[in-house]
Amino acid sequence: MRTLPLTEADRAAMLGAIGAGSIDDLFVDVPADALLPGPIPGLPFHASERAVERHMAALSARALTADDAPFFCGAGAYRHHVPASVDHLIQRGEFLTAYTPYQPEIAQGTLQVLFEFQTQVARLFGCDLANASLYDGSTACWEAIAMATRVTKRSRAVLSGGLHPHYAETAATMARFAGDSLVTLPPRAETDSDDAAVIAAIDGETAAVVVQYPDVLGRIPDLAAIAEAAHAMGALLIAVVTEPVALGLIESPGTLGADVVVGEGQALGVGLQFGGPYLGLFACSAKFVRQMPGRLCGETLDADGRRGFVLTLSTREQHIRREKATSNICTNSGLCALAFSIHLTLLGGGGLMRMAELSHARAVATARRLEAIPGVSLINRVWFNEFAVHLPRPAADVVEALAARGVLGGVPLSRLCPDRADLADVLLIAATECTDPADIAALGSALEEVLA
Amino acid sequence: MNDLNPSGWRPSLGTAEPVTKTGNRALELEEPLIFEIGDAARCGVDFDACEGDILPGLRLRAAPVDVPGLSEPETVRHYTRLSRQNYAIDLGLFPLGSCTMKHNPRLNEKVARMPGFAAVHPLQPQSSVEGALTVIAELADWLVQLTGMAAVAMSPKAGAHGELCGLLAIRAALEARGEAATRRVILVPESAHGTNPATAAFAGFGVATIPAGPDGRVDLAALLARLGPDVAGVMVTNPNTCGLFERDLKTIADAVHAAGGYVYCDGANFNAIVGRVRPGDLGVDAMHINLHKTFSTPHGGGGPGAGPVVLSAALAPHAPLPYVVRDPDGRPRLVESAAERPETFGRMCAFHGQMGMFTRALAYILTHGADGLAQVSGDAVLNANYVLARLRDVLDAPFAKTGLCMHEALFSDAGFADGFSTLDLAKGLIDEGFHPMTVYFPLVVHGAMLIEPTETESRAGLDQFIAAMRSLADRARAGDESLHTAPHFAPRRRLDETLAARKPRLVWTAP
Repeated sequence: MRTLPLTEADRAAMLGAIGAGSIDDLFVDVPADALLPGPIPGLPFHASERAVERHMAALSARALTADDAPFFCGAGAYRHHVPASVDHLIQRGEFLTAYTPYQPEIAQGTLQVLFEFQTQVARLFGCDLANASLYDGSTACWEAIAMATRVTKRSRAVLSGGLHPHYAETAATMARFAGDSLVTLPPRAETDSDDAAVIAAIDGETAAVVVQYPDVLGRIPDLAAIAEAAHAMGALLIAVVTEPVALGLIESPGTLGADVVVGEGQALGVGLQFGGPYLGLFACSAKFVRQMPGRLCGETLDADGRRGFVLTLSTREQHIRREKATSNICTNSGLCALAFSIHLTLLGGGGLMRMAELSHARAVATARRLEAIPGVSLINRVWFNEFAVHLPRPAADVVEALAARGVLGGVPLSRLCPDRADLADVLLIAATECTDPADIAALGSALEEVLA
Repeated sequence: MNDLNPSGWRPSLGTAEPVTKTGNRALELEEPLIFEIGDAARCGVDFDACEGDILPGLRLRAAPVDVPGLSEPETVRHYTRLSRQNYAIDLGLFPLGSCTMKHNPRLNEKVARMPGFAAVHPLQPQSSVEGALTVIAELADWLVQLTGMAAVAMSPKAGAHGELCGLLAIRAALEARGEAATRRVILVPESAHGTNPATAAFAGFGVATIPAGPDGRVDLAALLARLGPDVAGVMVTNPNTCGLFERDLKTIADAVHAAGGYVYCDGANFNAIVGRVRPGDLGVDAMHINLHKTFSTPHGGGGPGAGPVVLSAALAPHAPLPYVVRDPDGRPRLVESAAERPETFGRMCAFHGQMGMFTRALAYILTHGADGLAQVSGDAVLNANYVLARLRDVLDAPFAKTGLCMHEALFSDAGFADGFSTLDLAKGLIDEGFHPMTVYFPLVVHGAMLIEPTETESRAGLDQFIAAMRSLADRARAGDESLHTAPHFAPRRRLDETLAARKPRLVWTAP
């Protein structure tokens, strides 16, 4: 086998050094009735590199991909162009095949990247600090709620109906077991986000309000107003950003008063990947630093006085604090953080703004084309690169019919809220700098056909 | 002079060493931060011309995000230079115990980037992602067969997330039995990974610690004595973090089940038994599988991982959403609604799990097959025992005095000269060109050194490592002062972790 360097002669010599007769003899501690007599029956044996590649390529071919179709899906995962240099650099073996940087003298590459990443995320979100990443946006959202309950010593959280339903469900699962109470406002297909309802739901027992920005229908809540209302009640505002490219154009949540900003970093550097692995972003005010979840990289000096970086404040973490840790997270999303950081370095603040402007312009052009179609009505008043429309028929059926015509025409809201019959006609449509005018024309004419 | 370096050449440590103007030393290149070399005017991405206007109602930010840009060549050079300050499996042996740092086959990288897996959206119509769903279903079938369990939850994103999945399934099963309010305690052996007690607490359980016996295994009598109507279950690691197989696991499982609890197995060390032992045969109810360990998806400097959880028939109905099932015609389908799975404990994360890890793991499994996976665990255990046999005369092996180990060998600092620690030896190993082993874990051994070579190391590579370890053990026992200041040849000397924690500088600020 190409991955196994030992030859039969090596094995025999090594067994001799050990004083064992065979490899099976090394498994003496396994009870005899639990040790299988041979390879598990019914499973295939090893295969050549070429055979495995052919098998996987055949499976890959059974797809309509974003590379092949006019593509308008968003709802928490966005297709942006990832520069070739990003994928090249993350495949450097020194990054790809390194472990968590627990031996900092020989992990300065990873550690410096994490320090740069933390600084980039903190600035992007308008916060003092950021951590070295969590699994994804949805788990980062729950970690933020859990941190808010620790900070405020309260156990109630208010979730906007504009929060991605998967994020709300993830929080609901965790809150049920952690004993916290969530007030989850229902998603509504209205012109504006539910800021007033969110503000009305805040009371003196509320640890945090959770508001997505832009929200799942692409609307843009007034974070400053919600922050003011939350702070008046002693609650924290947690802003959730699932499309960080938006911040190239609209104000960062931390600047508007959010105490904690979490998000999904997939849009930069990571790609679609059918939903994972993605990248959990977590940023907050410096006063919460010892309550933060996840790894933190900090600057220090080495024995010769040179600048270097280490993982720090680990007394928050599971390997030191065990059951008293701020989170159970260990492995996080290091390589995705690297990809995000490289992409943002290539862009800089100016490039991010141009990418955002182009994404916005293409989304506006898409909306203008679609609202000209009889039966299609635009829900949003404003949006960044994603908006919602009412269709004259169930959106799931329309999306299937569009896919049959080779167009990936968006995400039906019913996919996220299957038990809400009243939202069945809502379609979420996203555009990015990868959305060409020809794609918009193709979606327009395909939708006209499907609705005709 | 030694057998690895016949000429005896060593870089000079003296102060008379020549100094360079730049501070660089040939291929050792210092690299500033992007904030020190980039600026707002530079950009490494070209865009199409932007036609069209900004919506009148959109309130724009006051200024661009304050992050520096670099051109493409500067970017490539920045990250390439940084990469060279990292140790990695691609450079050499990475014997971190319980981390299973094995070679990452590059076919798996190629496969993960195939467009049918990488360029599809998680919420596309299911009919347009049949290949991706088939990958999940095929991998799920393999994991169920290799573990002898009833089902597998694929969405957990790493080992600790998988632990959480298993414990939430146990909570849900207890709720269904009406015993969630009374069964509030999870028993965790003291040799467990820190994630185990942290996860139990995160899932809303109390934690009771079970001591280890003198042989490094769970103290069976202490565990049996602690069982009772308040116990929800037990979390064990098998093989355990001392590198030993828990011989009594079946007895433990039977007793836990008889007492009304469930058995969670931490699968971090599955590499030792894959293809030879099925946890399902030992009475396990739930076990996460770190795809980034046993099935070789790259660790990436700290993730992403993936932690699918295999479940017994008792826990399978409570598995989280979403869930891939095969319809009667064999087609895989994603179940996303609780209406179809009323006993599910709910959703743990957005979308469907770590697809990019599933493709890599499936390619790895297909490459090895049932026969190759048994050879993997065999060679992994052989390599660890070879290291144990060749080092036990110079290092104290507290639990292997008469026996063998599984896939990792555990040593203590007994016999080191006064004032010399495991940390000194580990830092000396860096100078010898190796990544250190896991140190100070498990906690049950003083100055623990846990060595897991994995099966992808050659005999010659192991011999070189063993020679380095023997030399270092001699130096630690003899009290060689130069070990206190190791490493001497790494990109950085020892770093001041106290300073970092006392005055945290977690983001860059302009001087």
